[in-house]
Parts: sequence; structure tokens; C-alpha cells
Amino acid sequence: MSVFIGMPGDFPANSAKAVQDSQLRFNLRKATHTIRGKRASVVGELPDWAQLRAAGKAIKDHTLRHLDRYLVQMEEAVEKAGGRVHWARDADEANRIVTDLVKQTGESEVVKVKSMATQEIGLNEHLAAQGITAYETDLAELIVQLGDDFPSHILVPAIHRNRSEIREIFLAKMGDAPADLTDEPAALAEAARLHLRERFLRSKVAISGANFMIAETGTCVVLESEGNGRMCLTLPETLISVVGIEKLLPTWRDLEVFLQLLPRSSTGERMNPYTSTWTGATEGQTFHLVLLDNGRTNVLADEVGRQALRCIRCSACLNVCPVYERAGGHAYGSVYPGPIGAILTPQLRGLGSDLDASLPYASTLCGACFEACPVAIDIPEVLVDLRAKVAHPRAERAGMRAAGWVLAKEVRLAKAQRLASRFRKLVPKRLPGPLSAWTDTRDLPEIPKESFREWWARNERA
Amino acid sequence: MRKAVEGAAEVEIPRDYRMTIPRDDLVAHFAERVDDYRAIVHVVPAAEVPGLVAEVTEGKRMIVPGGAAFAVGQAVPEDELLTADGVVTGCAVAIAETGTIVLDAGPDQGRRALTLVPDYHLCVVRADQIVSGVPEAVARLDPARPLTWISGPSATSDIELNRVEGVHGPRTLEVIVST
Repeated sequence: MSVFIGMPGDFPANSAKAVQDSQLRFNLRKATHTIRGKRASVVGELPDWAQLRAAGKAIKDHTLRHLDRYLVQMEEAVEKAGGRVHWARDADEANRIVTDLVKQTGESEVVKVKSMATQEIGLNEHLAAQGITAYETDLAELIVQLGDDFPSHILVPAIHRNRSEIREIFLAKMGDAPADLTDEPAALAEAARLHLRERFLRSKVAISGANFMIAETGTCVVLESEGNGRMCLTLPETLISVVGIEKLLPTWRDLEVFLQLLPRSSTGERMNPYTSTWTGATEGQTFHLVLLDNGRTNVLADEVGRQALRCIRCSACLNVCPVYERAGGHAYGSVYPGPIGAILTPQLRGLGSDLDASLPYASTLCGACFEACPVAIDIPEVLVDLRAKVAHPRAERAGMRAAGWVLAKEVRLAKAQRLASRFRKLVPKRLPGPLSAWTDTRDLPEIPKESFREWWARNERA
Repeated sequence: MRKAVEGAAEVEIPRDYRMTIPRDDLVAHFAERVDDYRAIVHVVPAAEVPGLVAEVTEGKRMIVPGGAAFAVGQAVPEDELLTADGVVTGCAVAIAETGTIVLDAGPDQGRRALTLVPDYHLCVVRADQIVSGVPEAVARLDPARPLTWISGPSATSDIELNRVEGVHGPRTLEVIVST
């Protein structure tokens, strides 16, 4: 798998390319609409969904408010249960810690459970550079890794590939794929099962993320479907979990909310096939927990933007987004695509690159994502706030300053309106020069013969 | 970090969602929800459970965890995990609303790998272990123990969103509810 960091282009250019790909658009439409329908039906089953959503939002906000305290509590609880806790300020530090831990075991191969955090820091690439091979074990991640490709959806990362492409990838890259492999999904899944089984049994080290951490008890929680997570969490002698600091929940009881919110929002199931919880070193395993900041404390400092840290990575916002449905995940140039990516990526990475500065505009502000979000992240609000923070071109700033000056005083506005009415015949449909970029996608409003103010003044007199 | 949230308001956590879902048909509801995941499910009186366990495991080389008293077709020791046909266990809690069984590595369930490596998992659930919803289950469970929540057989939808049962976990899940 390749890293997103330093990807060229910006969102408009990337998405313009993506919408030309009819296979991609077909796959995306099918995926987003199917999951959207399933989600709506299982969410509709719960009459207390709104209350669960409010509780989920409040638990996360409360945790973020006291993150320092809960993180220390988590550390103490994990260490007490025989685990080791490591703190990583950024991607480099986390990669270094994990690499050292793997090297200490003397192993040069690790198995991995799908984890957004380790993708965010480019762990696989770092390990490879240090002579350690990381094998992704989630079926979709395996497809992405073997195809030397990028994930395009949080939940179903290989959704941009169709079955015949997947068959080609398996035949070319898997090594032990049967020669008569068909493109039936069941046959492809069986090939992955056989390919990975021996690796699971042989591997001494596994790397995972976690969906939740419980500060009170030191428990980590992983939700999954295939059983590859259970294989990685259970069989190897050493388990290393890399977890973003915002994954914390204060109490064991809080799981009663999130184990209802997450599966229904994510896969549209009442419950995902497998959820594993473990506390510290379990069944004789060695356990390391790497707590990852990597820009999160900066996000926390932003009064508007910090709500993005409530995210539980369910991907419901992707499935309802009209922009994501057409542009696909790659256009966002980040492991976090879709509406949540458009607010999380520029906050974690900054607005420095063209790509990251274009992300707050990768939205129509329709608000469907806010509606679907199980922890009520007001994504449009954060998008608008980020747009204000993006560096704007000089012409735009000058225009906005002029408009601000006119609108600030009533007399100025009245004068401007009178002037505009008088010369209304002279106003072109398309603005010249660089300003044409604006009128290419918008119609200039018709200027009336007379403004409402003038009409009012005239009629009141009459 | 403390500085980052300086001045942020304290947050009250409203917990006015359902802690329990009152219903008379808990067992039937659980069985229906398990069936929705394309698992096999039976509801039988306690006295008939041994007979049914023997019947459904006939001809199968089964692992029986140390603390479980199930008579199966052919019992094999735990160290034959890789070649066994299946495993039979009890459970800690079961959830009607979601059709979930939860294992806590108790004596009648054994270590986690036992219910993971073999291709067939038979789970015997006592009616009194079934709770209505997720909050009751969380309250009954001990976080210090390793927990495995199981809702149907292993599955993936990673290829064109087509559901395929059985990737790495057991491809067949069979549940016997003892009433």
C-alpha cells in the first residue's frame, strides 16, 4: 500500500478525473446506497436512537474535556493489567516505537488488523524500510495492499475494485492463489482464507488499532466482521495496538452506548459479527499500547474543529454524501475520505498544501453528513470555519473587503444600489479575466430597475 | 493538552436511552435475531439438550472445553485444535435485541482460540442467560476477562458489497437455546 502523505493535486482536479471513471461511479453508487438503506432500517428499529446519539456526543465531549486525566487513568489500568504503554507525539515517534518493539521480538514479519491510525502514520512503509514485512489481513486491505493501491472508503476500502480486477490481483500477487480461481466473491474470499490461515498460525507479532479504549478498566475494544481481527488479537505471542488518543471512553458502562451506535451506523447491522475486548496482557500474551497524538492535541485546541475528535470512524457520512458518491475516496488524498476527511485531514495535517487547503470546499454544505453522524458532528459548521482559515487569493480578499465596506453603512448600500440600477444594462453575464472562474459556475443575479428601498421610499410618500 | 481545552464547558451526559426492553418473548426474539444472521438455531427444553448436542455433532471431531459437560459425537483434545471439525461451548450472556452471544473464556468456553480456529461452533445458551438489550449485557460482563461478542458466522462484504459467510472465523454457527 502506498502512503497518501505528499500526494499531488487538489480536490477539484482529483475529483474531475474520478468522475470520468464510470466503473468507479457505479461501484460507489451501489455501495453507498446499499449501506445507506441498511443503516436507515436498523437505526429506525431503535426508538431511542436520538437519545443514544445525544449520549454518545456527550460522552465524547466529556472525555475530550478531561482527556489528560483519562489518558493517565488508562495508562495506569493497562500497566496494572500487565500491559506496557508508550506515548507517541507524532507519526515518526509512533513508527519508531513500533519498529523497536517488533525488532525486540526478533521477528521480521507481522500480521495486521485493519487500522486507520497505522495508515495515518504510514506504519507499513516505515516497517518495510526497516526490513519488516507487514501483512494486512482484512480482505479489502489485502486487496489494496496486493494491488499497491490506496484505500477509498473507511469501511470497505477496496470498493473501487470489481471482482474481475480482484481476481487479477490475487492471481498476480498472492503466490498461492489457485490457478482456476473464479471471480465469484465466495471463491475469492476462500482464496484469502487459505492464503492467510497459515500466516496467522505462524506469526509471532500482531499489530492492531482499537475502536475504543476504556480508561476506568484499561480495556481495548475491536469491532470486525471477518475474524481476522480475532486471529491477530488472539494467536500471536506479542500484540501491539496503536490507538489515537481520542478513542478513549471513561467507563465500561459507556460501551452500552457505542456498541449500539457504531455497528448500526457503520455496516448497517444490529451487531457486527465479532467484537473483542481485552484488558492488558491476556492469555499469556505480551501487550503494548501505543497512544498516538499526531496532531490531535492541536485539533483539541480549536473550539469549533475539536468536535471532529468525536468521530468513531463509522463512515455513515461518506455513504450519504453527494460529493463522495461521485468523487470517490481517492480524491480526498487521505486515509480519511468523505465529509469527515474534509474536516479531519486539514486539521491534522494543516492547510499548507494545495490538496489540504482545497478539502474544506469538497462539500455542498447540504448537511446530510451531520444528520447521519451518530455522534452529531456538525461537519458543515467545521467546513465553513476551515474555509475562513484557508488563505484566500488577493482579488477575493479585496472584493470581500469592498463588499464589507459597502454593507457596513446604510447610505453606502443605498448609493451602490442606485448606481447599479442606473447602469444595469451594462453589467455583463460573464465577468472578465480571473473573475470568470466565479461566473462560469454561477449566474449573476438580475439587477432590478429599482431597489426595494427606493420602491418603499416612493410608496410611503404616495 | 490541558491548555487546549482551557475554558471549555463541562458536559452532562444524558442517559435517557433504554436500559432494558421489556418483552415476554425474550427467547423467541433472540432465536429470531440469531436466525437473521444465517446461523442455525434451535429452542429446546433443557432435558432434550444432551440428545440434540449428540445428534448435531455426530461424526464430527469436536473440542469440548475442560469445564463443559457436553457429550459429543467424538471428543478430541484441545491440542488437536488445527484439525478438529468444531467446538461446543456455553456462553456468558446472550442479547435478544441483536442476536448476540458473548463468551468470557469461562470454564465451559475455554481460551479464545478454541471458538476461532475450527470451522464449526456450537453454542448452548441457557434461557436465563438471555438479556433484552446491550446495556444489560454490558452490566453483566466483567471487563477484566477477555470477551468475544459473536453475532452470526464470520462474514465479509468487501467484494462489490456481496455478503460472503465465513472468512477466517467459523463458517457455521449453531445455537441451541435451552429452556
